Amino acid sequence: MNMRTTKTLTATASALALALGLTACGSSGPADPAADSSSPTMWALTGSSEDIFRSSVERWNEENPDKSINQEFFANDAYKTKVRTAVGAGEGPSFIYGWGGGVLKSYVDAGHVDELDEFLAENPDVKDRYIPSVLENGVIDGKTYALPNNNMQPVVLYYNKQVFEQIGAEPPETWDELMALVPKFNDAGIAPFALAGQSKWPNLMWLSYLVDRIGGPEVFQSILDGEEDAWSDPAVIEALTKIQELVDADGFVNGFSSIAADAGADSALLYTDRAAMMVHGGWVYQNLKNDAPEFVESGEVGFVPFPAVEGGAGDPANVVGNPANMWSLSSTASDEQKDDALAYLKDELFSEEYTQAMIDSGAVPAVNGIEDQLAQSEDKDFVEFVYGLAQDAPSFQLSWDQALSPAQGDAMLANLDQIFIGQITPEQFAENMNATLGK
Amino acid sequence: MSTILKPKPGMAVRGPRTEGPSAWMVVPALVFFLTFAVVPLLGVVFLSFTSWNGLGAISWAGLDSWQTALTDSVTLNALVVTAKIMVYSLVVQVPISLLLGVFTAGNQRYRALLAVLYFVPLLLSSAAVAIAFKALLDPNFGMGPGLGIPALAQNWLGNEDLVLFVVIFVIAWQFVPFHTLIYQGGVRQIPASFYEAAQIDGAGRVQQFIHITLPQLKYTIITSSTLMVLGSLAYFDLIFILTAGGPGYATRLLPLHMYLTGFRANDMGAASALGVILVVVGLVLALVLQRIGGKNRSASQLEGA
Repeated sequence: MNMRTTKTLTATASALALALGLTACGSSGPADPAADSSSPTMWALTGSSEDIFRSSVERWNEENPDKSINQEFFANDAYKTKVRTAVGAGEGPSFIYGWGGGVLKSYVDAGHVDELDEFLAENPDVKDRYIPSVLENGVIDGKTYALPNNNMQPVVLYYNKQVFEQIGAEPPETWDELMALVPKFNDAGIAPFALAGQSKWPNLMWLSYLVDRIGGPEVFQSILDGEEDAWSDPAVIEALTKIQELVDADGFVNGFSSIAADAGADSALLYTDRAAMMVHGGWVYQNLKNDAPEFVESGEVGFVPFPAVEGGAGDPANVVGNPANMWSLSSTASDEQKDDALAYLKDELFSEEYTQAMIDSGAVPAVNGIEDQLAQSEDKDFVEFVYGLAQDAPSFQLSWDQALSPAQGDAMLANLDQIFIGQITPEQFAENMNATLGK
Repeated sequence: MSTILKPKPGMAVRGPRTEGPSAWMVVPALVFFLTFAVVPLLGVVFLSFTSWNGLGAISWAGLDSWQTALTDSVTLNALVVTAKIMVYSLVVQVPISLLLGVFTAGNQRYRALLAVLYFVPLLLSSAAVAIAFKALLDPNFGMGPGLGIPALAQNWLGNEDLVLFVVIFVIAWQFVPFHTLIYQGGVRQIPASFYEAAQIDGAGRVQQFIHITLPQLKYTIITSSTLMVLGSLAYFDLIFILTAGGPGYATRLLPLHMYLTGFRANDMGAASALGVILVVVGLVLALVLQRIGGKNRSASQLEGA
């Protein structure tokens, strides 16, 4: 190799390495300049519960200057990558914000989060305040590693009452009714369903509900357990077929796979009367209150449970979604940080002000005994609906992309995307996904 | 591209001229290069033979990660997508930036003004460009309905046949100004005497362009194409934000596939194997392009000027 080639190689390699390196460090955020290394750190998400987390920590720091918490906020997608890298490097925050499920399990397996059973045994009040089915999501192998910190977010079917009145229809209670509504709305020039297909994860709500309605929660449980060919279950195939039938019938808004959820372009279709319905998480109501207050205040937003599927084995009272987000405590935090963090979990988390602020925002905290407060809420209809839905649900299934391991979750979203755009058949989906079982 | 400086009278020449600058001068660059390029690269090669989810212990896995990375149909698809983006980017960007470069090289005032306007996209970050285009391309609230032109309200990012061309368009929109700048500089280096001689011989505008401008820009074309080709191996931020590789795997090119494998699927072993493939492909392409450029790149093209 002559000198010139070496130089070219060197230059190219360094340019590549630089380019890759620059991309890699693009997501790191600035640290709090006033950070005191002995106080616990908390990483939380921007969005629907942001104000509640912020005011809670402000209140806590004011009342307990000796136990103050350093709080930082991150956007959803960036956070998921950042926190994992930080936790893996032993640099994670004392309070780790999470969803339970597969990610929490990987933290537990690698010994990065602390068990909270002893703390709960010493403080039975803490344990008793939670709705058991929600608390269950922080339990891995019989031990509790995470405590809920915000609201229950079941996925429901939102609808626009005005356009339903316009064509004289009622919200669907069964899948057949739903399919029958599709041509009616299309004839009226209104898209039956809004969907942010570009973001991929909104597609998943359709699959999880349909599989649950057709085959019951056992179908996904066997996928979660990694049983061989679990994705080939007839319920999965039928659910995927139903999705493609709905797509073919123009059930979703034109160009739905170009619509991104981050800017709320899907819910905008609903409140601008361009789409009649939308299947989405409970947090959308909070966002609607911010983005389209008149739509919410005038009572035009309707909500019903996801329709039942005729002849399906699943209980129509089952819900899927996010039971709640959770706090885990990092095992790399110092003893002092851990003590302060536990004190916060005990005395401030779901304190009266905390719970009330959450209800005022249109959310339903994952705690017991709030019926009276919910009844006084200005969003009474919605919060009582969600509370009832969660209380009565025989199964509250965590979003699949969170429940599965990250490798499977990633492949599932990409393959489901291809189902929605008609690129692959349900059988191909099952085959592709069976190959990821156990990964 | 080394230029040999002839010592001017009165300029002090230290030491024997044949030795050139002291070899010590390479040390800072070498240290930087070793620390930030070679060491991480060796780390990546090492990781490609292990199994690691980013959290637990790193365990030796032999060729497992390579097998995963190479037999996965998504990897093959990623290579095809990368090649497509590379070729289409060249086909689209070279002619446009060449013509714009020639145009803006003129000395007229209005051309200088236009040149400034053309360079604006260069000042924006890729993330901002991607977010802006994503909003513009929204079929319900984007530029189509906004301007009242239904033809612009397509399923731009959701149609697997369209999306690749949308991506190539946005890349071109962002990077054509940069390459225009390179061509503008190249054109301005061509001595005016060439054109004067051609005019005397009766050559028209088009003939001047084909017989003088293009051959004189040979090395500029190679430089700019090298940057485009290697750039398309590193397109990440723009596509990540614009399409996240979708719909399906339609725009999941190699760097994005590597990132998603590493940081979404948390398979650092396979992601490292993909990283090694990426570096090798990049080096091979750079070498090939240098070969096309000819053996002796410092040979003067200006003889007789």
